[in-house]
Amino acid sequence: MTGPCSFMTQAIATAATTATTRENPALPAWEKTNVVGAAVPRVDAHERVSGTAVYTRDLALPGMLHCAIVRSPHAHARVKRIDASRALAMPGVHAVITCDSPEASIPWYFGAKGALSRLLDPECRYEGDEVAALVAETPLQAADAARAVVVEYEILPFVVDYERALRPDAPKVHPFGNQLGEPRVTERGDLASGFAAADVTVEREFHTSCELHTPMETHCSVAQWDGGSLQVWDSTQGVYAIRRGLAQALQLPLASVRVSSRFMGGGFGSKLELGKYTVLAAILARTTGRPVKAALSREETMLCAGNRPANTISIKAGARKDGKLTAFDAKLLGGVGAFPAAATSGYLVLDLYTCANVRVEETAALMNAGQARAFRAPGFPQAAWALEQVIDELAERLGLDPVAMRLKNVPTLSQMRAGQPYTSTGLADCLKNGSAGFGWAAARKRARGRGHVRRGIGVAAGMWGYGGDPTATAIVKLYADGSANVNSGAADIGTGTRTILAQVVAEELGVPIAKIQVEMADTATTQFAPSSGGSQTVLVNMPAARSAAVAVKNELLSLAAAELGKDVKDLSLRDGAIEIAGDAKSVPLAQLKSLAQRQQLVGVGKREPHPEGKVALPFAAHFAEVEVNTRTGAVKVVKYLAAQDSGRVMNALTYENQVLGGVTMGIGFGLTERRMLDRNTGKLVTGAWHDYKIPTALDFPAEFTCLPVDPRDAECNSVGAKGLGEPATVPAAAAIANAVRDAIGVRIFDAPITANAIVTALARTRS
Amino acid sequence: MSDQCKKGGCDHSGVSRRGFLTTMGVGAVAAAAAGSALPATAEQQKASAAEPMTIGLSVNGRKHRLAVEPRETLLAVLRERLGFVGTKPGCERGECGACTVLVDGVTRYACLTLALEAEGHEITTIEGLARGEELGDVQKAFVEEDALQCGYCTPGQIMAAEGLLRANPSPTLDDVRLGMSGNLCRCGAYGHIFKAVERVARARREGGAK
Ligand code: FES
Ligand code: FES
Repeated sequence: MTGPCSFMTQAIATAATTATTRENPALPAWEKTNVVGAAVPRVDAHERVSGTAVYTRDLALPGMLHCAIVRSPHAHARVKRIDASRALAMPGVHAVITCDSPEASIPWYFGAKGALSRLLDPECRYEGDEVAALVAETPLQAADAARAVVVEYEILPFVVDYERALRPDAPKVHPFGNQLGEPRVTERGDLASGFAAADVTVEREFHTSCELHTPMETHCSVAQWDGGSLQVWDSTQGVYAIRRGLAQALQLPLASVRVSSRFMGGGFGSKLELGKYTVLAAILARTTGRPVKAALSREETMLCAGNRPANTISIKAGARKDGKLTAFDAKLLGGVGAFPAAATSGYLVLDLYTCANVRVEETAALMNAGQARAFRAPGFPQAAWALEQVIDELAERLGLDPVAMRLKNVPTLSQMRAGQPYTSTGLADCLKNGSAGFGWAAARKRARGRGHVRRGIGVAAGMWGYGGDPTATAIVKLYADGSANVNSGAADIGTGTRTILAQVVAEELGVPIAKIQVEMADTATTQFAPSSGGSQTVLVNMPAARSAAVAVKNELLSLAAAELGKDVKDLSLRDGAIEIAGDAKSVPLAQLKSLAQRQQLVGVGKREPHPEGKVALPFAAHFAEVEVNTRTGAVKVVKYLAAQDSGRVMNALTYENQVLGGVTMGIGFGLTERRMLDRNTGKLVTGAWHDYKIPTALDFPAEFTCLPVDPRDAECNSVGAKGLGEPATVPAAAAIANAVRDAIGVRIFDAPITANAIVTALARTRS
Repeated sequence: MSDQCKKGGCDHSGVSRRGFLTTMGVGAVAAAAAGSALPATAEQQKASAAEPMTIGLSVNGRKHRLAVEPRETLLAVLRERLGFVGTKPGCERGECGACTVLVDGVTRYACLTLALEAEGHEITTIEGLARGEELGDVQKAFVEEDALQCGYCTPGQIMAAEGLLRANPSPTLDDVRLGMSGNLCRCGAYGHIFKAVERVARARREGGAK
């Protein structure tokens, strides 16, 4: 229902309208913290390691039925006849809905001119497109029955290659053609004079493969009705987004839809939007009067739960002898699948380095494949792959150290946001401290190896272009015994949000972590938070939680002042007691009558608006050392350092973990992951992890350093943190690509760098 | 097949491994060939597919008797019938290790093990590692080293670590990397997982826990 992720469009819009009223001013920055920043183990770790954490996939309700979905096996086909009567008669089967059913007509997938499809559509535009769904007593019965649904298809011509899709003779995915609108052009300065001023130019074309999210918990919902009210448990990154989508799809008031998600097993962007399976579960639950669980299989998630679109990126870049960039001319093309989605991002080319003359042209192509979705820094790793390799080529031509070349072009203001200054930019420090920590200078002088195993090093920089949606609200309650509760609608998608919420409250109220209860991700009982995506979770929710904690503290202190007959200015809260200036004795909270009477104090906190006239974004620089076997083409990342400017480190453990994860995903993007669709059949050939290879324990570098660069940003928001999850993955694959080039002397332009690509490239240089 | 079941007179025999593998597809064949299916008894070889059969399963030291379809995996039976939902489905075809349990102390993919193959063997799930609310040493190390993010792969990782350490109490980093490589973590917490495994190995060697 919801459109493609709009983080980037939102980002720009928010930047333009930050001058809202400041009725909610930011709290002053912390000067010193005790709990925030420490290596505090996760507050929900016990549940997660003991097996008692209930994920949506684990939920079992009395009388619950299981849903199975019938999907088109063809890349493009029209349903001529569908007959579910045999399936309906099978043991345990309760209800079926097909593309002929009236409930199936809910509009789905939207283009510029409205809906392009429906919940169950007789026209199937990719392998996996939904045509029917049914529920049965057990998952096996449901699967058996789904196989018994008879569907006759008229097979239509298809195209699964996005470059081919733009040829005039390509089969059309939709009647309006395969190009999604006009190419989008963003430009500044004058390219011709930029290139005229250049001493060297480099022009290269790159390809990146389509990447699949494959979170470990497959997409899953459980739906249950109580009269006209719907309760849904969903494995999601944003309960509020799912509620909005469900209310729209089923024409229900928001107050009649409750969405909860206590634990969720990973999303990476693929669980930001409402899925058809959720609506099907709700419809079938209403039909049968029973709770319904719809869980996708692994293969289903690979077909139709989103992807990072493959990109073709060509960049022409110019630089002067001193290393200063003079011009970028970039063309980006991405294949979004059968329905509109964001295909590319030119943001990095436009903003990572200071450059006066830039033109970026972006084109999106439709093809007969599952729709793309936001995937950890949408568009950025693809653009970094191209940009950061081109920067290395320029440096080589100019005889400059790649780190030095980058340092010459570090911006202090945001070129994408009307030249506004950054609240902080640690990019230069990421490059400097990172290269020192990595031992870059010494490693550059080391031999690359003589035998068939070569070593090489590479660097790449990156940033993330979304600053967050400052709309979160949080509530903090202080109980009479000095314990506390914090309430936020955010989802902890594995990043440690639940723990960091507790830390923020502990910091302000002096309550020990063990005495803080955290409530999250339930539209009926927790406060609004934007979806956990776009690396915004900490930076939008923690200031809200802090301000709620401060509100509670202020109320407590004025109550105490009245009760103790003191001036509120002389009171402070420490370790569960009220301290009085000039008085050695403190008053424990449990002794405050006014608190005991009320039992709890409630503070409401709102995220303050973004700083006026300034831009807060995170930066990164990554350093990789690889070992390449020139006979087999195998690449091993042996050493890695990730320097991140994400502002304040909120939790040393979860911070490092985010960076480990971002780099691991980058290793996958750069070396192992590639969705493949068969040109002849239009079908997915990598529908399992045996074929679609995500990094394993063996792919993770033996030596790894996470180096936070904390510029002590007092302006970005009241907790001083910027985003982390996404910038941690942006430069990773590009750093590895540059290291491979350094090791073997040949550049590989296409991601992932397969063993085959290396062996072929080396053979070509020999002949 | 267990005595208990013979006494009960149930006429079940399981499904042939060959038939099972055919239905499970190529991925399963590859993983099973790597040694994750249990040896079938002669009786189990006499396959009759659909009829439910009563079997006895010993899970975390307690015996359960229940009727299962021959095609039902240990994973499905543990989760859907016995409520051990700590054992997770990630792929249900032997690729990810989210379903890892110990069978007679050896790590197995529960999704590639038929419930009736597991009869007569001692099954340990993640729920079997803690004593009441007191976590086992591997679980504790995972907390301390933050060896998890979303936590969905975590029970499987912990079972794999437990199996690895039972087989090799003094693993090198390379042993750990190899030993844990049958368990995918899409969140990418591998670096912390290695630290957790090494921490337990060290503690056990120094005569600490267990
Ligand atoms: S669920 Fe068993 S290996 Fe993935
Ligand atoms: S912690 Fe999320 S998959 Fe491992």
